[in-house]
Amino acid sequence: MANIVQFENVGLRYGTGAETLSDISFTLTSGSFYFLTGPSGAGKTSLLKLLYLAQRPSRGVIRLFGEDAGALPRQRLPGFRRRIGVVFQDFRLVPHLSAYDNIALPLRVAGMPEGDIEAPVREMLAWVGLTDRGKAKPPTLSGGEQQRIAIARAVIGRPEVLVADEPTGNVDPDMAERLLHLFDSLNRLGTTVVVATHDFHLLNRIPNARMMRLEKGRLNDPTGALKHPPGSS
Amino acid sequence: MKFSLNPNAPDRRLLDEGKRTRAMTWIMAIMLFLTVLSGALGLGMLGATNQLDRQLAGRLTVQIIEPNAELRDQQAKAMVASLRAVPGVVRAEEADRARLAELLKPWLGDAGLDPDLPMPAMIDVDVRGDAGVAAAEAAAKRIVPGARIDRHAQWLSPVRNFMSTLTWLAAGLVLLMASATGAVVLLAARAGLDTHRDTIEVLHMLGSTDLQVARLFQRRIAFDTLIGGAAGTAAALGLVWFLQSRFGALGSEILSGVALEQRDWFILVLLPLSFALLATFAARIAVLRKLGATL
Ligand SMILES: Nc1ncnc2c1ncn2[C@@H]1O[C@H](COP(=O)(O)OP(=O)(O)OP(=O)(O)O)[C@@H](O)[C@H]1O
Ligand SMILES: [Mg+2]
Repeated sequence: MANIVQFENVGLRYGTGAETLSDISFTLTSGSFYFLTGPSGAGKTSLLKLLYLAQRPSRGVIRLFGEDAGALPRQRLPGFRRRIGVVFQDFRLVPHLSAYDNIALPLRVAGMPEGDIEAPVREMLAWVGLTDRGKAKPPTLSGGEQQRIAIARAVIGRPEVLVADEPTGNVDPDMAERLLHLFDSLNRLGTTVVVATHDFHLLNRIPNARMMRLEKGRLNDPTGALKHPPGSS
Repeated sequence: MKFSLNPNAPDRRLLDEGKRTRAMTWIMAIMLFLTVLSGALGLGMLGATNQLDRQLAGRLTVQIIEPNAELRDQQAKAMVASLRAVPGVVRAEEADRARLAELLKPWLGDAGLDPDLPMPAMIDVDVRGDAGVAAAEAAAKRIVPGARIDRHAQWLSPVRNFMSTLTWLAAGLVLLMASATGAVVLLAARAGLDTHRDTIEVLHMLGSTDLQVARLFQRRIAFDTLIGGAAGTAAALGLVWFLQSRFGALGSEILSGVALEQRDWFILVLLPLSFALLATFAARIAVLRKLGATL
């Protein structure tokens, strides 16, 4: 299995304070499912931001799809970002666009013809159980509904890597399980999935999932299995 | 992302239209109103100057100042006859004395009609080409050494200078308006980037390129400039047309040259289009510069 993401001694410092993340080294193998856990404030969101190229590390090397992400010139970032689907912890839906248009956004950004967009968007709306809310604007949706729109938007482009930051924080256990099932299906189709969560009930729903635990900005990896996963190239 | 002119196109809705200010359209309307007026002034003056040059370049008046009326008339006839023989002279004619007397009447009273009053003979000469003017002047001097020769162009040169100053002034105003428009667009684009920062951040995270984002702004600003510019241009052209019809009523020979030709109207209509292009370009530069500084 190929290494799709590789962090080597990555550190992140916001401004001049102490390091939020220190000595982070791990490898994600293509097609695997990862849970990222850790107490609030441990740096989960910060780590994911590095992964989806919203933040540059203060030190260390991040390799994405076999390339040094730190060395990417600005004009190559969009191409990389299109290969990564992100469910933001705060959703980041565009408030003046309908749920439908929010979900369609990645396809439109990628230049897909308008005629080819409707079917997948409808399919995603159905998947997240919001078929009849397509015309609604995000501010008129409940937190859980917004979260599901955010998930639909993250997965519609069939990304190679899906990064989900607390994707089930605002939904009931049934819906949480259903969304996890959606991630699992996507994972079976080959997408590498990284889910940050507090929700321990979810962790054993995906039998083959690997665990990453962050504590105070450091990755808990006593056996080194995250750094050098078995079977990685 | 596809970028169509369809007002319901999906990308149209990307930047929140509810937050959009109509101020830009108004500013563009005023800018183009003033620009088109300046342009009309410049083009009108340019046309009038050219017409003046054409009319006056080859026009002379030869005055024969001779107290002896008989001798004067004789010299005048000889002058007309020989001037007509000079190559390049199109027309040489003695001004009608009765009409001259009429023109002088307000100053001289009925005395102007007295045949004994020593009035100079005036001969109007139309010449083609600068060489012709020189030749006619030389010929006139030869026939009557004391003759006074006036080029009309000389009398009118202060007028002509004034008109060409106005032309330059108008050109300067158009350039000034263009740079002000560019500056306004720059400011508007920067303000727009701030207003839509969240949306733009999301677009970036979903893999939008800077060019895609810039195009959203470009098209809005081009649209505002075209709509506002069309209104401003229409108002300015209406005003110009109205003023021009007034000039016609004045019956002044110089002002009649201010009349705009078809080509001039065409150039004026091009102004809002070129301003829209300018605004588009300015917006693009502003947005790409600002985005280039983010991650
Ligand atoms: N943009 C920022 N500027 C400065 N400090 C930040 C910024 N983002 C996060 N931090 C700090 O970094 C630390 C880790 O934050 P982060 O959001 O990564 O934690 P988290 O593990 O995702 O927490 P939660 O489970 O509550 O979402 C926190 O102490 C936070 O205050
Ligand atoms: Mg977080």
